[in-house]
Amino acid sequence: MTANAETPLLSVRDLRVSFALDEGLVRAVDGTSFDVMPGQVLGVVGESGCGKSVTMKAILQLVERPGRITSGEIRFRRRDGNGEVDLARLAPRGPDMRDIRGGEIALIPQEPMAAFSPVHTVGDQIIEAILLHGQRWQADRKLGRREAREITVGLFRDVGISMPEQRVDAYSWQLSGGLRQRAMIAMALSCKPRLLIADEPTTAIDVTTQAQVLGLLRDLQAKYNTAIIFITHDLGVIAQMASFVVVMYLGRVMEQGPVDDIFHAPKHPYTSALLRSIPSLYGKTRVALPVISGALPHPFNRPAGCPFHPRCPEAMERCSAAVPSLQPVTPNQLASCFLHHDKAEPA
Amino acid sequence: MSQSLLEVRGLRKIFPITRGFLQRTVGHVRAVDGVDFTVNEGETLGLVGESGCGKTTASRCILRAIDPTDGEILYHSRAGRVVDLAAVSPAELRPLRAEIQMIFQDPFGSLNPRMTLLDNVGEPLLVNGIGNRRERADRVAELLRLVGLRPEFMHRFPHAFSGGQRQRIGIARALATGPRLVVADEPVSALDVSVQAQVLNLLLELQSRLRLTFLFVAHDLSVVRHISDRIAVMYVGQLVELAPTDEIFRQPQHPYTAALMRAVPVADPRVRATDGILGGEVPSAAAPPSGCYFHPRCRHAVARCRTEAPALREISPGHFTRCHLAGELAF
Repeated sequence: MTANAETPLLSVRDLRVSFALDEGLVRAVDGTSFDVMPGQVLGVVGESGCGKSVTMKAILQLVERPGRITSGEIRFRRRDGNGEVDLARLAPRGPDMRDIRGGEIALIPQEPMAAFSPVHTVGDQIIEAILLHGQRWQADRKLGRREAREITVGLFRDVGISMPEQRVDAYSWQLSGGLRQRAMIAMALSCKPRLLIADEPTTAIDVTTQAQVLGLLRDLQAKYNTAIIFITHDLGVIAQMASFVVVMYLGRVMEQGPVDDIFHAPKHPYTSALLRSIPSLYGKTRVALPVISGALPHPFNRPAGCPFHPRCPEAMERCSAAVPSLQPVTPNQLASCFLHHDKAEPA
Repeated sequence: MSQSLLEVRGLRKIFPITRGFLQRTVGHVRAVDGVDFTVNEGETLGLVGESGCGKTTASRCILRAIDPTDGEILYHSRAGRVVDLAAVSPAELRPLRAEIQMIFQDPFGSLNPRMTLLDNVGEPLLVNGIGNRRERADRVAELLRLVGLRPEFMHRFPHAFSGGQRQRIGIARALATGPRLVVADEPVSALDVSVQAQVLNLLLELQSRLRLTFLFVAHDLSVVRHISDRIAVMYVGQLVELAPTDEIFRQPQHPYTAALMRAVPVADPRVRATDGILGGEVPSAAAPPSGCYFHPRCRHAVARCRTEAPALREISPGHFTRCHLAGELAF
């Protein structure tokens, strides 16, 4: 998909996830494709309902009923050698998926308050994860509880939690928002994952704390060379964190490319409109911002053709009839838009 | 032009912390701790700060949704009287409620799902005894048109509308009684990026059309910068800086303001800020540090900052800051 000759760590192809509700079928992810290279920070940006979180749940096989992966592939290169598995085919509760989840692909959720159990100390919860994936730390023998505790203290120190020996025994509700998110990051790193999925990790925290957490993630990424999928609706966070960006809208990838091209030479009308509509710290104040007309369609009312065409300033007749496929439009960028190519998805 | 509409002086709101069966008071949260500012007629004053800084509590005090502990909130009413909103009796306050209205953050929680738009938007008219049934319906139709919604929608219920449309409904309701001062608490933070710009444009347009005065409470600095004439920055219940928008962004005089601005992620990958990240955390308003509340996190702090609380000083016309070193620092 990309010009990069390296083999991707994760490769999502034409993924579709739908939710069969009483009111109708919601196609939350409707043919999404992207790659994650080893050690890359991939930013996934989109507004509510664009399917960014559902895609990540699908990767971890955590889509809850009535949701279902209906088609597509999620190819993941395992740690041992070059063995490749299709995560979409694995049983959600099977041994392979359990080994990968947490062990090779870890998640930093949006709400650290909801993600930690309030009746166990944060340390105990991380120790449990380390013991479950003990072979990541000790290949030849079973890991002891004391050793796991020492590892946890070390992780807390790594993520910048002061007084780690005491904080290990704290409950999540005793920690501030920033510390809680740091503890969550420590938990995600506890089993040395090769891919970290950060789902809006800083949305619930304040801006100065956000800057600290983003700085921490950048440092850890450089230190361990972990690949990160960074999901957010905040274009500023994407610009600061990602090296490669995927722009999603209503379950489809509108555009993807290197971060600089996405921000300075966007190809899809949705990307350009989104970038124009955010107030900046440098622009003219108290003037009308360029807007994207209309509203996000209701999930039961997906527009036919290109999902963005009813709001697109450059929509043509064809856009309502056929769905444009994701095609290379420059050596590095791909876009799903008939302005740049004429290849439609097979009907 | 710059006639003051609202003057807040020494505003204080202290919440007791109670514990145990007898609910004994074990401490106090100084949520708003002596705040002074003026809102001029026709302007937008942006009130920014991180969670727990007291910006919402201060705005609620102005609306008298909560009773302030201390201080004056002088409001210049349409009738030309000066009323202290902090001290007036509920009976005297009632007629003023029509002049001061609020736009809420959550477009889902702030509309009654069992009421049609007609009833939701018309409720302030009903409560204030304005017009009969037909006049109210006419006014609601006019209001919906004003905020860019079709008047035919008035018989529908809120669930039929998207987040952005619901926020427009909330704005229509706030405007129903023809207010002069509108307090908007995070009015766009729950909206999607593509819809946020529409609502910001609507607020700007309504302001110039209806000569509204806004107190705009928010945490997103780019949004506040876009909409405000002047900006007030709060930290642990206190105002640390207040200045015209352009000036505060060009030359912040308080280290906290400067750090806050640096912390905003810039939507341009070519501008990657990695240095100057503010360490530490916002202290609790129940146990603020000695001296300047910001000194434990301030890299410019000197001995004096640890012991002596700085006062809010006017360092150039219209530019106030609460820092001992104001004017000596460059950011």
